[in-house]
Amino acid sequence: MPALLEMHDIRKSFGATTALDGVSLMVDAGEVMALIGENGAGKSTLMKILSGAESADAGRMTINGRPYAPHGPNDALTAGVAMIYQELNLAPDLSVEDNIMLGQEMGKFGLLKRGEQRRRVAEVLDRLGHPELEPKTLVSQLSIGAQQLAEIARALVMQARVIVFDEPTSSLTQHDVARLFEVIRSLCDDGIGIVYISHFLEEVREVAKQYTVLRDGESVGTGLLDDVSEQELVRLMVNRDVDEMFPSVPHEPGDVLLHINGLSGRHAPDDVSLELRRGEILGITGLVGAGRTELLRCLFALDDVKAGKVTIGTLSPAAAPKARIRAGLGLVSEDRKGEGLAQTRSIADNLTYSRLTPYSRGGWLRLGERRTQVEHWMERLHVKARSPEQSIVELSGGNQQKVALARVMHQDAEVLLLDEPTRGIDIGTKAEIYRLIGELAASGKAVIFVSSYFTELLSVCDRVAVMSRGRLQDVRGASEWTEETILSTAIGTDA
Amino acid sequence: MPEQSSASPPALRRLTAVAGPLVWLVLVFCIFWGVDEYCARQQDRQGRFANAHSLRLMVHNASPVGVAALGMTIVIISGGIDLSAAAAIALSATVAAWCFRAEYAPVVGVSAALLTGLLTGVVNGAMVSWLRVVPFIITLGTMTIFRGVGREIAEGTPIRAFGKLPEWLLMLERPVPDPHWLLVSPGVWLMLILALLVAAMLHLTVFGRHVYAIGSNEATARLCGIDLNRTRIAVYSLAGLFVGIAGLYNLTTLSEGDPNSLPGRELDIIAAVVIGGGSLNGGRGSVLGTLSGALLMQVIRHGCRAVGVPTAYEQIIIGVIVIVAVTLDQIRQRRLDR
Repeated sequence: MPALLEMHDIRKSFGATTALDGVSLMVDAGEVMALIGENGAGKSTLMKILSGAESADAGRMTINGRPYAPHGPNDALTAGVAMIYQELNLAPDLSVEDNIMLGQEMGKFGLLKRGEQRRRVAEVLDRLGHPELEPKTLVSQLSIGAQQLAEIARALVMQARVIVFDEPTSSLTQHDVARLFEVIRSLCDDGIGIVYISHFLEEVREVAKQYTVLRDGESVGTGLLDDVSEQELVRLMVNRDVDEMFPSVPHEPGDVLLHINGLSGRHAPDDVSLELRRGEILGITGLVGAGRTELLRCLFALDDVKAGKVTIGTLSPAAAPKARIRAGLGLVSEDRKGEGLAQTRSIADNLTYSRLTPYSRGGWLRLGERRTQVEHWMERLHVKARSPEQSIVELSGGNQQKVALARVMHQDAEVLLLDEPTRGIDIGTKAEIYRLIGELAASGKAVIFVSSYFTELLSVCDRVAVMSRGRLQDVRGASEWTEETILSTAIGTDA
Repeated sequence: MPEQSSASPPALRRLTAVAGPLVWLVLVFCIFWGVDEYCARQQDRQGRFANAHSLRLMVHNASPVGVAALGMTIVIISGGIDLSAAAAIALSATVAAWCFRAEYAPVVGVSAALLTGLLTGVVNGAMVSWLRVVPFIITLGTMTIFRGVGREIAEGTPIRAFGKLPEWLLMLERPVPDPHWLLVSPGVWLMLILALLVAAMLHLTVFGRHVYAIGSNEATARLCGIDLNRTRIAVYSLAGLFVGIAGLYNLTTLSEGDPNSLPGRELDIIAAVVIGGGSLNGGRGSVLGTLSGALLMQVIRHGCRAVGVPTAYEQIIIGVIVIVAVTLDQIRQRRLDR
């Protein structure tokens, strides 16, 4: 008998980058299949193909044995495939009911049949075990957890047979997580197949029985979670020893370089104080929305600063990115495409935008000299490209990130603020970036490394700070944390 | 993971990007040439389209729009737009005509045109930067404002400057160069010199890099400490200067300063940039493309007249060309982004 969902030998490339190189995935009815892998392993591309947002270059898919080749998200929904993304897809100004029925409205001659709709919504919420969710409430007034329920209810109205959860717990409270797991179990009892994406291995064991591991666009292992140890899973995910993945570069913390005193932004951060030494790597983590990115953006004056003082060495720069750069700060954005790099411009331009002065004589650029310097930096960071004039879009994610890093190094920043620097890049490049961060610290720079991936923080950083709801909850030496204590600090108590 | 793209090398790709509008120009030119020759042979007469005089006239007539479009190119590369351009040209011409009518020294009149243009640019740039309203709306507003200011200065009727303009300024308006070895009119030469300056500014200066940076990704520019407001004000001011120069072309052609002249011409100026590969999303555009675009529109006008196509169709053809050129360009761009 065929499985509920079968994906065979799926391949997909985007220009220069091979995102999927032969991935297979089977999901049985009434089972939870955990899909695990590092950032950039190809999980989201695979799910985009499943949901019809992208089409595969090669491979085939079946649902209940019938060929399945969606030509868009609507096809996928009709075939019974629904996605619950990390970023929820609801219209905040509509009610729960309207959101659940969005695109599925029942009506006659263009008029809604309110009564019938209400019955259907009540029925679905009841089936989810949450009849208390009031259909008339505006979605914007619900907690994230309740919004997620509304989204699951929508999938049920659409008669989904396969539901994909993409890191569904990343912004939930502990109470909401427990409730979500219950809902998932009841969905399974109804014969729905679940794909559950996460990189919290503990959590995966709690909700799923089977696993498939992706690594660099290939499926490298599948089986029962009960038969595999955590070490084996990690090995499958990274395919190398821990020493090789996290090369240790010896570095000594020196004088205090960065003082942050009571820094507050519009929403987050909320009264954060920190000190950072030369030659020190400080990790900052927390759940989505904890205010990590906002902290970096306030430090760099990209977001409005409401209160607080930032001192770098002896300087207290004005609240403008330009002044912060001059004072020695450098920021690598978490959003490479939207903010980090001007995608259509060349490597040379992107690498030197923050410091064109060395090549400027009376406003005119000395392009030859700049080219030589850019080539030097590309060589130093192993940026693979044809020439410094190649535009950023044509590079793989890993090489793009190296250009972003090269920019802050070229600008000779003393304090490097790295926001999710390893997101969406291949494992080889990750190891290179870890080494680079170590080398920067060894050369006396100070590094703030923001990540939601605890393993890398605990392996690379000297100290780790955990944020929750905009506040700095705790800062300790990396050896004093475990992944469990980080997670419980990050979740905090239910408010 | 394979790192190298299998697509064409960047040099070739950049060539097609830059030469695209030129190819259009040559193509359309050849079509009109062929049709004109065919008609001429049928009617047993000389071709009217591709002779020296006609060619000279085409480039000459393209130059006023060309000059203004050079400024517009900078604005569009920076991610902006200037709907007030034609109104500002008319205003500059009006102010200059006022000075000439009052019999101030010619230098005063010319400076007045340039300063007025510059001032309109400063106003646009400052409002876009400080009010943080999209340039489309700001310049839509200033378009009307500049027309109104012009009418106030002119007190209702165009300001006649006939016979009061100096000989050296009137050269801008002469389609036939004197001496003859100049080949094209002084107006065209001025446009070409300005084009070279703008191209050098865009590609060889720090300011040029900043213009491209804020146009292709404003967030990146901000992240890299580029002063967005200052760059933007400079961009619009520079475009204003070109508007002022275009005002002198306008004044010499009409021999009067008419605040209501050139109605709707801002769209021709924008079309020249867009046909030339400029993107209204910013970050893309080139001087060569813009000049090709401005010339292309003149080629179509002259071509239509030469072969006897009615004016109505002339407009339809230009409209179609704008849409086709931009569509093809976007398809190419989307392929590149894959």
